[in-house]
Amino acid sequence: MTESTYRIQGATGDWEVVIGLEVHAQITSSAKLFSGASTEFGAEPNTQVSLVDAAMPGMLPVPNQECVRQAVRTGLALNAEIHKYSRFDRKNYFYADLPQGYQISQLYHPIVGEGVIEVALDEKDPDSEVRQIGVERIHIEQDAGKLMHDQHPTMSYVDLNRSGVALMEIVSRPDMRSPVEAGAYVKKLRSILRYVGSCDGNMEQGSMRADVNVSVRKPGDELGIRTETKNVNSVRFVQQVIEIEANRQVDVLEAGGEIVQETRLYDPDRNETRSMRSKEDAHDYRYFPDPDLLPLELTDDFIADCKSSLPELPDAKRKRYETELGLTTYNAAVLTAEAETARAFEVLLKETAGKQGKAETDVATQVANWSLSIAPGVQKALEVTADHEHNTPAANAAILAMVAGGSVSGGQAKEIYEIALKTGRDPEEIADTDGLKQTSDTGAIEEEIEKILEANADKVEEYRGGKDKLFGFFVGQTMKAMKGKANPQVVNELLKKKLG
Amino acid sequence: MSVDSKTVKKIASLARIQMDDAEVEALVPELNNILGWVEQLGEVDVTGVEPMTAVIPNTLRLRDDVINADPLTGGGVRDKVLANAPAPEHGFFGVPKVIE
Amino acid sequence: MSNITDLGIKAIRDGVRDGTFSAREVAEAFNANVAAGKELNAFLVETPEHALAAADAADKARAAGEELAPMAGVPVGMKDLFCTDGVEATAGSHILEGFTPQYESTVSANLWKAGAGMLGKLNMDQFAMGSSNETSAFGNVISPWRRNDGGNTDLAPGGSSGGSASAVSGRLCPAATGTDTGGSIRQPAAFVGISGIKPTYGRCSRWGVVAFASSLDQAGSMAHDVTDCAIMLQAMAGFDPKDATSLDLPVPDWENALSGDLKGKRVGIPKEYRIDGTPKEIDDLWEQGAEWLRDAGAEIVEISLPHTKYALPAYYIIAPAEASSNLARYDGVRYGQRELPDGAGLQDMYAATRAEGFGPEVKRRIMIGTYVLSAGFYDAYYTQAQKVRSLIARDFEQAWEHCDMILAPTAPSAAFGLGEKADDPLAMYLNDVFAVPASLAGLPAMSVPGGLDGQGLPLGLQIVGKALDEQSVLNAGLAIEQRAGFTARPDKWW
Repeated sequence: MTESTYRIQGATGDWEVVIGLEVHAQITSSAKLFSGASTEFGAEPNTQVSLVDAAMPGMLPVPNQECVRQAVRTGLALNAEIHKYSRFDRKNYFYADLPQGYQISQLYHPIVGEGVIEVALDEKDPDSEVRQIGVERIHIEQDAGKLMHDQHPTMSYVDLNRSGVALMEIVSRPDMRSPVEAGAYVKKLRSILRYVGSCDGNMEQGSMRADVNVSVRKPGDELGIRTETKNVNSVRFVQQVIEIEANRQVDVLEAGGEIVQETRLYDPDRNETRSMRSKEDAHDYRYFPDPDLLPLELTDDFIADCKSSLPELPDAKRKRYETELGLTTYNAAVLTAEAETARAFEVLLKETAGKQGKAETDVATQVANWSLSIAPGVQKALEVTADHEHNTPAANAAILAMVAGGSVSGGQAKEIYEIALKTGRDPEEIADTDGLKQTSDTGAIEEEIEKILEANADKVEEYRGGKDKLFGFFVGQTMKAMKGKANPQVVNELLKKKLG
Repeated sequence: MSVDSKTVKKIASLARIQMDDAEVEALVPELNNILGWVEQLGEVDVTGVEPMTAVIPNTLRLRDDVINADPLTGGGVRDKVLANAPAPEHGFFGVPKVIE
Repeated sequence: MSNITDLGIKAIRDGVRDGTFSAREVAEAFNANVAAGKELNAFLVETPEHALAAADAADKARAAGEELAPMAGVPVGMKDLFCTDGVEATAGSHILEGFTPQYESTVSANLWKAGAGMLGKLNMDQFAMGSSNETSAFGNVISPWRRNDGGNTDLAPGGSSGGSASAVSGRLCPAATGTDTGGSIRQPAAFVGISGIKPTYGRCSRWGVVAFASSLDQAGSMAHDVTDCAIMLQAMAGFDPKDATSLDLPVPDWENALSGDLKGKRVGIPKEYRIDGTPKEIDDLWEQGAEWLRDAGAEIVEISLPHTKYALPAYYIIAPAEASSNLARYDGVRYGQRELPDGAGLQDMYAATRAEGFGPEVKRRIMIGTYVLSAGFYDAYYTQAQKVRSLIARDFEQAWEHCDMILAPTAPSAAFGLGEKADDPLAMYLNDVFAVPASLAGLPAMSVPGGLDGQGLPLGLQIVGKALDEQSVLNAGLAIEQRAGFTARPDKWW
C-alpha cells in the first residue's frame, strides 16, 4: 500500500496533513432514541417533541431497541468488535438546543469498538490506490435541537424536533492524509450505512455530518495539535475544510505561532473556518454514567440476529460482479456504489435472465450496459428519474430480450424505451404497432441486396478489386432499402457472402 | 485537595450559577469542609472492586420502535410542551439571541 | 365515633366500604383540617376539589354496588416532588415557581386509580435536599410537636419530606407520599412519631417525580401505622415501562400477608451503628426494640457492616454529582422562572436564572457535584465513591448470611429546633448517618415510632430488609408497633 503524497507547500518546506473524522449519522428509526416521538424530517416546530425530549421535570429515558440494533449491524458491517457490555453516559453542558443540560452518549463503554474500512481512492479505477482507514469506535447518542437566529431581532428560537433523535458517532483513527482520502472515506462509509439501512446518508437533511479533525506536521514528526471543525455537511465541504484548515495551520506555524486545540466552525459562504469561542469554556463535560439507565447488555442471540440480517455489502458485491458476472471493474464499481443502484440492477438482471431463458451471467454485461449508459441517457433526455412509474423491470427486460433476439436494434430499443416511459405501453406492443422492429428475414434482405448489387455493378467490381472501404456503402444502401429495419448483423453476413 | 476562590468561581461558571465575590468567599471554607470530610473515602481499599452500576440487579429493557406507543412519552403534544414556557414564540421557545 | 380525621387509611377505607360514613364526609373533614392548619406551613398548594371529586366517585361507586378500589375514599397529601396534572409543582424551589405539569406521575396516577384523592401538594426541602425542611423556598414547615419544657420552640419536622411528616402527624391528612434519597422518608417519620417506608429501589416508578439523585430516589408511603403504610405502598408501587430502572415484578399483597409473628427470623444488630455521642435514650430504645423483636419470636444476632462509616461521605459525592446533572434542566428556557438581566446573552440568562432560582443548599450541592465530576477529579471522587458503594452493598449481602433484617435507630437525635443546625451543613448531613447505607444499597427500610425522649419528642426505630423483602420489614415494623404501644400525639396548638 502506498502512502499519500499530498503535501502543503509551506515556506519552510512540505507539510503533511493528518485527518480524523467523527461522522454523526442519524440512525434510521421511526421513534426517537429515548422517547416515542417521531423522527420524521420537516415537521412543524416542536410538534415531534415528547415531554421526555423537552426534559420536563421527572421525565426519564427508555432506549429504543431498533437504534441499538442498527448500531450493532453497522459495527458488524465494518468488521468491528461488538461490545456486549456498554453504558450510556451523560455529557454535561449548557446550550439552548440541549434541554436536559446534558447529552446522553457513550464515552467510557461504547457499543462498538475497533473496525476498519477499506477505501479505494477511485473505486472505478482497477489500479486505484487502496487505504485501510481505522474506525476507533461507534457509540450511540442523542441529537440536539435546532436554533434559529433570523426570525426575531433580539431572540433566537428553539425547535426541539430533532432533540433526542438517535445518532451513531463513527470515530475514525487519524489515518487520512489528504482531502481525497477523507472524501473517499466519507463516501464509502455512507455507502455502507445505506447498504446496511442504518442511516439514509442524506447529508442535505443533516442525516450525516462530520466533525473534521485536522493537524499538520513535517513528514516523520510527531502528531501536531489538532483543531476540530464541527458539523460539516457535505463531502465537498469536508475536503474544503481540510484544505483551508491545513493551510491556515501551516501559515500560523510558519509565522512562529501555535495551534490552539479548539472547536471551529466552517462558513461555506466565505469558505473559511473560524473559532467557536462561544463553546470554549464548555470543554469540561463532566461525563458520568447516566443513573437513569442501566448497563446495556447484548446477548449472543441478539448479535447473531443482527449479523444474519446484514445484506451483501458493497465490497463483496463488487468483487462478485467482477468475478461471477464478468463485469468490468468500472461497471462493477458504479453498480455497487449505491445500494439502490445495485438493487435495481439485480432485479433487472433476474427479470432479464428469466425472460431470455438464460443464466444471469450470460446477460449481465447486456443489463449492466443498458442500466449504466443507455437507460440513464433516455431518462435524462425525458427528464424523468429511475423510479418513474413506467420504468418497470418487466418493461426493461422485454426490451433487452428483443435486442438480444435481434428483432430490435439498439436505436429502436431506445425509441421503444422512450415511448414506454412516456405512455406505459407494453414494449413488445410498441415494437409491433409502431414498426420499431428490424428484420432478420434473410429472404427479404437478400432480395434487396440482389437489387443493389445489380444496380451498382461498377462498385461491386471495385470492391472485389480490393477497395474494401466500399463495404460500408453496400451496408448503407441495404439498410436504406430496408428502411433501417434490417438487422445489421444479418446484413453484414449476407453482404459478405454475396460479395465473396 | 482543597478549593480556592478561583476554583469556586470556575465551578460556579461550569454550573451556570452567577455568584458575587462575597458568595464565592463564603463558599470556599464550606466546600473545603465538606470536601475534606468526603476525602476520607480515600482510605478505603477498593482493590478489585467495580464501581456500582445497578443498585438492584436488573437488566436494561429496550422498547419497541413504535411512534407514540404511549401518549405520555410520545410527540404531537406541542401545547403541553410549550404550556409553561417563559417566552413561547410562534411554536418555538424564545431565548436571548445566540451568536455562534 | 371518634373524629374522622383521627382515622388512618384502613379505618377510612373500611368505614367508607361499610357505610359508617361517606367518602365525602372524610374529604370535607380533612379539607377543613388542611384549611385550619396553615400555621404548620405543610401545604404549598391545597386541592380540596380533587379530594372531593375522588370522594364523590367512591360514594357513587358504593351506591352503585360496585366493588370499591383499594384506597377508595381515602384522601392523601402529595409531596411536591410528584408532578400531578394541572397542579403547580415547585419541588420547594423558586426556580419552578408557576410550573404546572401537563402530566401525572406514575405514582400519583396509581394512587388515583386506587381511588385515593389529593388534599394538596406538600412542602419539602428544596429539590429534596435537606433534613429539616428549612431549605424550602416557601418557608419552614413546622412540626406539630413541642418539647415538654413549656417553651414554644418551633421544631423541625425533619426532611426532606417534612411537609408530609407534619401534615400526617398533625392529622391534616391520613397519609402522604414521601420520597427517600438518603433518609427523606424515614428521618421525618421518626421526628414526628409516624411510620414511613421506602421500598426496594425500583418498586415505585420515578416517572414524573422531580429528580434529585436518580440512582437513590425512591418514593414511599408515610402514615400513622404499619398497616396503612403497606396499603398505600401497595397502591403506589408497580412496574412502569417508562422508567428504565423500574422493577418488572408483581406487587405483593403486603397488607394481607402482614404478621407480627417473627418466629424463625433473625434480626441483625450492626455493631458499627453504635456511634459515640448518640444520646442514651436512642441507644436504650434500640435495645428495647431488639427486646420487642425477640418477644415476637425473632433471634437477635450481632452483625458487622464494616463500611458503614463511609456511607455518608460516599453519599455526599454520589447524590450531589447526580443532582448537579439532574438540575441542569432548570435553565429558564422551557418552564419555571427566567431571570433575564438587561442585555444578557443566553449563558448570562442561565447563570442569573439559576442564581436567583436555587436556594443556598441546592447551590452548595450543585457546586460539590460539579466539582467532583470535573476534569481530573472524577476518578478520585466519583469512581471511588461508587466503588465504596459497591462495598457497602456487599456488606449487606454478607450480613444476610447471618440475619433476615436489620434493626437500627432511624436518626441520631430527636427533632431539633428550627435554625439550630442551619448554619452547619455538615452537622445537618450527619442526621442521615443511619439512613443512608440502606439507600446506597437500594434496600427497603422503614421507620416506626418506638417511644418518646425526655423532652416528650418521638424517637423512631428503623428496620432494613433484603432487596424485595418489604414484607419482612413491614412485619418487623408491625411487631414493634404492637409492643411499643405508641399512642402519643401532639397537642393541637395551631
